[in-house]
Amino acid sequence: MYDILIVGGGVIGCSIARNLSKYEKKIIVLEKEADVCEGTSCANSAIVHSGYDPLPGTLKAKLNVEGNKMFDKLCDELDVEFMRIGSITLANNEEEVEELNKLMERAKENGVEVKLLSQEELREIEPNVTSQALKGLLAPTAGIINPFELTIASMENAMDNGVELALNQEVKSIERKDNKFIVHTQNKVYETKMIINASGVYADIVNEMVNEHSFDIIPRRGEYSILDHFSMDYVKHTLFNVPSAKGKGVLFSPTTHFNYLIGPSADFVDERDDVSTSIKGLSEIKNQVLRLVDDPQYPQQIRTFSGLRAYSDNNDFIIEETSPSFINVAGIQSPGLASSPAIAKMVEDMIKDKKLKESWNPRRRKAVKLSRMSLEEKNELVKKDKSFGHIVCRCEKVSEGEIVDVIRRNCGATTVKGVKKRIRPGMGKCQGGFCQEEVVRILARELNKDPMDILYSTSESHLFVKDLNKEEN
Amino acid sequence: MKEYELVVIGGGSAGLAAALSAYDNGLRSILIIEKEDYLGGILLQCIHNGFGLQTFKKELTGPQYASLFIDKLKERPEIEVKTSTFVMSISLNKEICYSSSVEGYNVIKAKAIVTSTGCGERSAGAISLPGDRPSGVLTAGLAQKYLNIDGYLVGKKVFILGSGDIGLIMARRMTLEGAKVLGVAELMPYSNGLNRNIVQCLNDYDIPLYLSHTVKQVVGKKGHVEKIIIAQVDSSMKYIEGSEKEFECDTLLLSVGLLPNNPLLVPLGVKMNPKTRGPLVDESLQTSIDGIFACGNSLHVHDLVDFVSLEGYKAGRNAAKYVLSGLDASSYINIENKTCVNYVLPNKVNVNNIEDITISFRVSRPFKTSQINVYQGETLIKKIRKPYMLPAEMETITISKDLLINKENISLEVVDA
Repeated sequence: MYDILIVGGGVIGCSIARNLSKYEKKIIVLEKEADVCEGTSCANSAIVHSGYDPLPGTLKAKLNVEGNKMFDKLCDELDVEFMRIGSITLANNEEEVEELNKLMERAKENGVEVKLLSQEELREIEPNVTSQALKGLLAPTAGIINPFELTIASMENAMDNGVELALNQEVKSIERKDNKFIVHTQNKVYETKMIINASGVYADIVNEMVNEHSFDIIPRRGEYSILDHFSMDYVKHTLFNVPSAKGKGVLFSPTTHFNYLIGPSADFVDERDDVSTSIKGLSEIKNQVLRLVDDPQYPQQIRTFSGLRAYSDNNDFIIEETSPSFINVAGIQSPGLASSPAIAKMVEDMIKDKKLKESWNPRRRKAVKLSRMSLEEKNELVKKDKSFGHIVCRCEKVSEGEIVDVIRRNCGATTVKGVKKRIRPGMGKCQGGFCQEEVVRILARELNKDPMDILYSTSESHLFVKDLNKEEN
Repeated sequence: MKEYELVVIGGGSAGLAAALSAYDNGLRSILIIEKEDYLGGILLQCIHNGFGLQTFKKELTGPQYASLFIDKLKERPEIEVKTSTFVMSISLNKEICYSSSVEGYNVIKAKAIVTSTGCGERSAGAISLPGDRPSGVLTAGLAQKYLNIDGYLVGKKVFILGSGDIGLIMARRMTLEGAKVLGVAELMPYSNGLNRNIVQCLNDYDIPLYLSHTVKQVVGKKGHVEKIIIAQVDSSMKYIEGSEKEFECDTLLLSVGLLPNNPLLVPLGVKMNPKTRGPLVDESLQTSIDGIFACGNSLHVHDLVDFVSLEGYKAGRNAAKYVLSGLDASSYINIENKTCVNYVLPNKVNVNNIEDITISFRVSRPFKTSQINVYQGETLIKKIRKPYMLPAEMETITISKDLLINKENISLEVVDA
């Protein structure tokens, strides 16, 4: 019997798990995919918004502003890539300048620091912004983050502190019986005293396994392009347009690895697993990005992808104990990532009768990243373990030792995509064309599996159909 | 810090030739750095034959072709080789930082550098392949490596997007391993591969080639490709409604172009050619940075390895000359591409360093009968008639430097004749 069962291993589920791992509670996270961070947390803008944009008085505004302030400490503890680079919202015509002024007011109400930039100041800071831009609203507290790392590190740290993770466990039904819940997945049964529903685009379905219908989640797809890291400073801030009814619109932003991200589009889709890209969506963002930069550098594109926002019909986060011992954390669309630490804190505060553990380690073991080491430090590492001298991924310069490290950790990688999300082989220009073969070999060796059984991501995503080495004559 | 006269980065066909010719032209302190644990580069996974026809008048397999060069290297034991060693970065003063499990991270210095770092395949992401992103969609070269090096077959029902040579070779290779290749779609109205590969790899096995077709959607919701939908495109590359065809398949191989790989040169600020995606070079294959030379597929993508080797020889010879006696850098004439010429190489010449000017180029569309016109300024200085030119096939033209009349730019155009 668990004290708390969390449905969903996205950034929300994993952050809550980490916060609750402080307490004397038996906790498990169920994730339907083969890894954590496979849904919305895996495919988004990777932005820690400043919080000037959500309507004052909403949960979104409150938690975004609170959450934003928590990232420095959190990312230090979890050793997660985070850079407070600031965002600039551009106004390209007089109407948009009016809007910028309104946004400045809203920023004041939300308690967010902003500064209006003149055209000259804007050009000075960001020489590559569109020549149409008349003014810009700088929000210095906005940041960029590695969302995979945040989610995975949160889960790793939660596991270091005793939380259990069950992968490939899709919740099919829930019975409430006496003072407990019986949770059925496709092949297992779990008993728990409390459920936290953090199942993203499936949150309404999971809610209705226990409660009356009270909200709908409508998946809203966002498509993106990613550019190679061709420049360290093509733009230095996250660039937005003035937001419209459809949302914050398309952004152009550096990532924590100096790739550049263009997107998202915003289209409601019928299926909750429809993360396909479309010619329409990609061409839409291609047109819209011209309102941010004159030359979006499309020849540098290395990847397109799409993700689903868990859009709820009441247009705010739903964080409540909907029925006794069943907490919904639903409708966490943008600014969900930026709000995630504050959401986790809010849920933590909702749990009654909790006792702190005698010892709780808020820090995970530092990630091993050669890219941030000096030559001497690298050689110290190679002296201890030669595999840190062997480079596997040439685009992102990742060594075998770093790959082995992310496989062997708690919440470690078990798939090709799992390795990619944690330490980047496959994220570069070759998209795995050169390094995937060796990553498969390392995974097979470390997990003591046959390469035939190594998966790309899902249980059906095998890589090979036949091993010619084992063929009969 | 250890110093070499020449460091060759990349021990594939271009790098091997460069090291050999640098040696034969007088250098004795030469180092080849190779990322893989073997020399020969991509040739090692190209187990089909057809290599060396131009140079050796023989049809060799990739490994056989490579071994000819590796044998020559063994006859010159002074040439040092570091395999399983990866170059992390190079600096403007030609310091090279490399890494290996044996030596760790180390910095050495060179008087001259040849970069021969090869090319990579354009990925699904680079071409905005629409639809799902499941496993089973991979580049033809990766499928080739899995099959020919590791012995794993990636699928049994295969469709191929792009008629690049690796895709065509893999159509035949996978057929021979028992897979069913359903077809090849090519966006352009003409093939992108060598004609001999169309005949020997598709026609001989009744594999249909759909010209002016591309993939409109990849379907694979559960994580593995299940189906693809192709459609015909019109002359402006827009889908033609109603032309869709569906293929149930477990594999989509991509052979949609190769891109020179220059991760070491770009951060140095070396001037790049946006057409080839390789560096701009002069007649000696020297980049915009003194003493750094480029050759092979990282300079521009070749269709035949024979030409890669020749270019490697040239880069090695010039690097030796640079180290031993210096190259003249007094005055250059620019070379430009004009009508129907996609790119030219080199991009400038210093006539003091050479006898004849050899220009490599590609046409931007197929020609049945054509005339190549070479201008200096506005004056036509040479014209050649030539039948059958295709964008897939690299052409060369040689101009005696006696034909030059002044210091104005040289330009190349191709017209129907």
